[in-house]
Amino acid sequence: MSSYARGLRDGFPFILMVFPFGMLFGVVATESGLTLTETVAFSVVVIAGAAQFTALQLMNEQAPVLVVLGSALAVNLRMAMYSASLTPHLGPAPLWQRVFISYFLVDQTYAGSILEFEKRPAMTLGEKSAYFFGLATPVCPPWYGATLLGAWLGAAIPTELGLDFAVPIAFLAMIAPMLRTPAHRIAAATAAALALGFAWLPYNFGLIVGGVGGMMAGARAEQYFEMRRGS
Amino acid sequence: MIDSTTLWTVILALGFGSFALRFVFLGFVGNRPLPGWLLRHLRYTAVAVLPALIAPLILWPAANNGEPDPTRLIAATVTFAVGFATRNVIAAMICGALVMLASGYILT
Repeated sequence: MSSYARGLRDGFPFILMVFPFGMLFGVVATESGLTLTETVAFSVVVIAGAAQFTALQLMNEQAPVLVVLGSALAVNLRMAMYSASLTPHLGPAPLWQRVFISYFLVDQTYAGSILEFEKRPAMTLGEKSAYFFGLATPVCPPWYGATLLGAWLGAAIPTELGLDFAVPIAFLAMIAPMLRTPAHRIAAATAAALALGFAWLPYNFGLIVGGVGGMMAGARAEQYFEMRRGS
Repeated sequence: MIDSTTLWTVILALGFGSFALRFVFLGFVGNRPLPGWLLRHLRYTAVAVLPALIAPLILWPAANNGEPDPTRLIAATVTFAVGFATRNVIAAMICGALVMLASGYILT
């Protein structure tokens, strides 16, 4: 089986994750007044679910553009971490391939490929990039398709269904499984408490205070637990 | 209602910024290692920014004039509990949505 085909096979189950989430974005975006073109362009250009929801939510609250961008990019900071982690494997690939790899670098393609590359260190560079593009095939185009489908449906769904709560529910569902270590739990709890305590700040700066404070608390906690284990 | 100029500014700038974040190491840094303190902070970005974003939305929903709403609090608790216990994002989302839908029918 070629590396591309193996990537395709391993990436297939991700459709179950990507599709409902993409549809939800399509529905929520059209409910916020975005046209079909705007909604789909959002998913194609940005291709990052959590950041898209963040930006949409803040625009609905009429937050300033800089706060919208700052918060959504902060949500996407983990992509830089993925990029760093894949560089030893895919860094030597031709530039045009690295451009496409970067564009398709999302949670699922990162998690799937790093798992495979660490399991099979003997893979050549060509096999690794083929595997990556195999993974991306059932993840990224379905993201666009699901957004389009959600946008079509969104126009038909009545706004009284409590859809304002779709974004908090979706994010809660994503965060809960991420709280694996005490440091992660401390980061999340600190961030939430600070955001609530500083919610009175104008321009949604409470979010920035909470986000930065949570990251610092998590990093500190990690150091503390490592030191305690080491001693 | 979102202003169309704002929207397109955000779409294009966010698209460019997200691409830059994804390209920065693959494209420019090569194999040089990152400082440990930076990686340590980056590890907690998602678990810090997302709770900070949603905590006020859960406690003080605009749809309920900024007052705590029992339905939304229960839906949030259920979503979190299912997500934490099963580690399954989709199952947690579905359970939370079901609580919202069910209470919508019961309370109205």
